[in-house]
Amino acid sequence: MPEIPLPDPRWADLPLAFAVLGLALWLTLTRGDRAAVIGFTGYGLLVAVAWVRLGSVDVALTEAALGGGLMGVLLLTAVARLGSDIDQPRPSLPGDLLIGLLCLGVAAGLAAVVLGLPSPAPSLVAAVEDHQAAIELGNPVAAVLIAFRAVDTLLESVVLALAVIVLWSFGADRAWEARPRALDFGEPSPALVLLARLLPPVGLIVGVHLFWTGADHPGGPFQGGAVLAAMALLVWLARLGRPPPVTDGFTRLGIVVGPLMFLLIGLAGVVLAGAFLGYPDAFTKPLILLIEAAKTLSVAVALALLVAGPPALSGALSMRRTGSTETGAKA
Amino acid sequence: MDLADGFTAIFVSLGAFFFFAGWVGLVRFPDSLSRLHALSKADNLGLGLVIIGLMPQASWPFGVLKLVALWLLGVLIGGATAQMLAGAIHLDDGREPPGGNGDFARRTSEAGRNNEPGAAH
Amino acid sequence: MSGFLLVAGIVILVTVLLGLVRILRGPGDAERLMAAQLLGTGGVAALLLLGSATDLTAATDLALVLALLAAFAAVAFVAGLGMAVPDHRAGQGASGSASRADGDSPAGAGG
Repeated sequence: MPEIPLPDPRWADLPLAFAVLGLALWLTLTRGDRAAVIGFTGYGLLVAVAWVRLGSVDVALTEAALGGGLMGVLLLTAVARLGSDIDQPRPSLPGDLLIGLLCLGVAAGLAAVVLGLPSPAPSLVAAVEDHQAAIELGNPVAAVLIAFRAVDTLLESVVLALAVIVLWSFGADRAWEARPRALDFGEPSPALVLLARLLPPVGLIVGVHLFWTGADHPGGPFQGGAVLAAMALLVWLARLGRPPPVTDGFTRLGIVVGPLMFLLIGLAGVVLAGAFLGYPDAFTKPLILLIEAAKTLSVAVALALLVAGPPALSGALSMRRTGSTETGAKA
Repeated sequence: MDLADGFTAIFVSLGAFFFFAGWVGLVRFPDSLSRLHALSKADNLGLGLVIIGLMPQASWPFGVLKLVALWLLGVLIGGATAQMLAGAIHLDDGREPPGGNGDFARRTSEAGRNNEPGAAH
Repeated sequence: MSGFLLVAGIVILVTVLLGLVRILRGPGDAERLMAAQLLGTGGVAALLLLGSATDLTAATDLALVLALLAAFAAVAFVAGLGMAVPDHRAGQGASGSASRADGDSPAGAGG
């Protein structure tokens, strides 16, 4: 058989790049809010494929889970609650042009920086590979996140918990005992109920699999937690279950267990390994897995609660129809 | 190896053909429901054929099992999503979705709420 | 084989992208949600083929996540229709939905 030259994989990049740019343009130009949000979800999924072509499957997984799934739910529920007749004055043409020019400037600056990098771009990949063997993790991203830059990851877990607290603070004082109601919509379609009955077990397996496989392959606690959160949201949207009230003890424990475990192990590292967040040699991998497991749970709980919204009284749902803004206090 | 490659080539080509057919349906069909029909049926079939075609190239057993699981998932989600979208399209056109959608959903929601599905997920 | 799989992946990807162009034009938002359906099937197929061609072992994991989450836009949209419909049918529809919402709340607040 004659040798057919292998087509360059980069041929797949051209239509993908055009599609991403075209979709972004369409998003900014389209009039309807819901249409824009739907397009944005599709955009997230396309960008996930683009990340695969750039070689970062970890980022692609996060983009698909967060940008495609969770952000889509968040934005669509927001649009549904705000209603489609939002009275907003359109920005003027000079304002539009100025925004466009500034965006173009930022894009040009980024392009200049990226294209102007020296040919083997400076990177720490070699350094990571040198030290990765001591951590026994096959995935360099996981090694960097959990071992080499563990402080950043610890702070990120804490920030997630803080974000939930900030969101809860938007609830009215007298609504504190109530449940979040941002996902309280009308009768779910039977197909949605079926999906919410069959999909969560699958999503549970996929989420735990993503966490477990993140040690050696692309994945990790954040991606796994995002998938788990999406399954919880599915159940809540289909009204097979309801988001827990913010006073629920288990919920609070779930949010906190990730950062707390991380912090405790980090402090133990002061005694056992001589540095904050140092891992003793004998227990490196088990400790890392323990941290990641707790982090998966916390990320799942926190992300699900972030989309579920602040606690609200039932009357808050009418704010959109009456169009009054003072009912913001109820929500 | 040649048999596996030939098998893959045939099924992946069939799959690609069905994706193309789905696109033609999307472009040419006159109304939303027909376009949804073209999309769900042709694209799901295309996905199934592509996955069947990729099975000889995957590792045994877990690679193949993952592909089968992916296909089943796609069929389930595709079917449910198509139903949901069809209901939404009916509502968009100002009709009630056929099949007593509202009554059934209301009855199951009532039952679910009375049983108190639970505080936490 | 890799070359064939790559070409097939590119063909399906282009088909998906062209389909997106048509879908996003379509009248009505429910029509645009078909983009989620399209990416969930076509995107997964293209990803599997491209991943197989370039020997990416994690492509199946990403395809799993893509398949699972592509439906979520449709899920949220359809769930939100319980509230959003009254916008098109102001008045009668709004009161119908409002009574549903009020009917729900005692049960919800009591739980």
